[in-house]
Amino acid sequence: MAIGTLAPPLNVPAGAAHADDRSRSWRKFARNPAAIVGALILAVVVGAAIFAPWIAPHEPARQSLIRRFTPPVWAAAGKSAHVLGTDQVGRDILSRIIHGARISLIVGIAAVVVSLTVGVTLGLLSGFLHGRVDTVIMTVVDVWLSFPQLLLALAFVAALGPSLITIIVVLGLTGWERYTRVVRAEVLALREKDFVEAARAMGASTVRIVLRHLLPNTFSSIIVMSTLQVAQAILQEAALSFLGVGTGSAYPTWGQMIALGRDFVSVAWWLPTFPGLAILLTVLAINLVGDRLRDALDPRIG
Amino acid sequence: MLTLLVRRVVRLLVVLVGVSLVTFSILQVSGDPVALMMPEAPEADRAVLRQNMGFNDPLAVQFVRFVGSIARGNFGKSFFHREEALPLVLARMPTTLLLTVLAMGISLALAIPIGILSAVRRNSLFDHGATLVVFLGTSMPVFWTGIMLILLFAVQLRVLPVSGWESWAALVLPGFTLATFSTPLLLRIIRSSMLEVINLDYVRTARAKGVSEWFVICRHALINAALPLVTVAGLQFGLLLGGAIITETVFAVPGAGRLIVGAIRQLDFPIVQAGVFVLALIVVMVNFAVDMLYVYLNPQIRVR
Repeated sequence: MAIGTLAPPLNVPAGAAHADDRSRSWRKFARNPAAIVGALILAVVVGAAIFAPWIAPHEPARQSLIRRFTPPVWAAAGKSAHVLGTDQVGRDILSRIIHGARISLIVGIAAVVVSLTVGVTLGLLSGFLHGRVDTVIMTVVDVWLSFPQLLLALAFVAALGPSLITIIVVLGLTGWERYTRVVRAEVLALREKDFVEAARAMGASTVRIVLRHLLPNTFSSIIVMSTLQVAQAILQEAALSFLGVGTGSAYPTWGQMIALGRDFVSVAWWLPTFPGLAILLTVLAINLVGDRLRDALDPRIG
Repeated sequence: MLTLLVRRVVRLLVVLVGVSLVTFSILQVSGDPVALMMPEAPEADRAVLRQNMGFNDPLAVQFVRFVGSIARGNFGKSFFHREEALPLVLARMPTTLLLTVLAMGISLALAIPIGILSAVRRNSLFDHGATLVVFLGTSMPVFWTGIMLILLFAVQLRVLPVSGWESWAALVLPGFTLATFSTPLLLRIIRSSMLEVINLDYVRTARAKGVSEWFVICRHALINAALPLVTVAGLQFGLLLGGAIITETVFAVPGAGRLIVGAIRQLDFPIVQAGVFVLALIVVMVNFAVDMLYVYLNPQIRVR
């Protein structure tokens, strides 16, 4: 009978969250007002990005020389047609911010997917195969950690020629090493555990052990890390745009709006201020959600 | 202890080779560097230059040659300044380092007392306020923070200069801007490591012997909480150098970062490569020093 009691847990992916655990995590998450506020802000930003062409009050590229430097609506000279005012060529700032949400979110999410794929694969290899493979991969991680990431991204985006794809790939490839380090550490700790031994004894292949038994155990760290990395990737994309190696197209991005607005800060404060607030709110929302996810998914925190 | 040192030095050298390889590849991915150097020249002249500069050799040969020349400090001449790239970068490096060290100093001066107070008065209004500031700080783009500070202190209040590097007053805004970048994480680390040690037995014993609470905090708790701080402060140095590049651009600080950003925009690769390599070298050295300091501070590793 001993075998009978041992066998069932092996059929479920070992260590994967049970339904009970999941609802407990969800309750822990939902109890936190800051996380709820974060999730709501995020919903607004995602909605703005998806429905941008329909909800933006104006064409983001339409210029109007007679309307340039219109201040926001609550200022004395403000116009209700331009709630957040217009820029130096009369384009509506609110509309540009709404459209800019698209670039920020696309880059943020896609860059993280690239980082995840590379980082988790290398982490699994490094942790499970250890030995020489591990040494090589960890040396690459050390090299990566030696560069100011933003500088590296800046140099490579410029060298490859700025485009949306370049930015995504370069930001993705500058940020993978955190996943490798964490996944490797977790796999190293897990591989000696009994359930791995048991799976091996039952004849599971290495690939199966890694994918079915080890990988699911790293999910909660990966979810938290990737959420927080989306926030960072959005900040990095904005910094690249600000420094002049953006997407290479005329489509508005928040970083580029701040860069253009900087020159007019003394005559039209709203130009750099509002796109920056958009970045701040979006990143803050993601950070709040990510931080709360960390607490909710970590069984060690009560 | 000695074998540990030898192993670390070997790893340092391997990492440096890796750093050179990444620096080398910046030029390789750009396509045709000769076209950038002489944009108006006819194709025949370009082919000659390509041959003379060795761009037709196998990549491995080019890489070995590259390592050889950077070992001698030769990154080639800037395409635009027509001067050696490395001296141009090095001449501006003290400014960048001053800005970085200044920001690190401001960060520590803010983060240590606030972090300690947050931990000691856990869940107080002060602690929640500090947490809010941490979240805001990590969510602000550093260049935007800089512009907002310019707007407030230089445009509205007119108490500090907008840009430049001539007077001490000019250092204030860039220093604080860059510090907003690193303070939140440091504060978080200090708070959590203080929380870890503050209720341990030995701290209680120290309290029991009747010395003042602040003596206990500073003499007993803080010393042990300092260990993670050393590591994180070391890792932050690389981040701060990255932030310094942006900050210099915002405030027109005549440092290496601004030079490199300008060079990146003009595709002036010798300067880009020299700058990237020098900054990475600084990060590697700081990390090495932090590693060694960590061994020195942590008796558990030292004995092993």
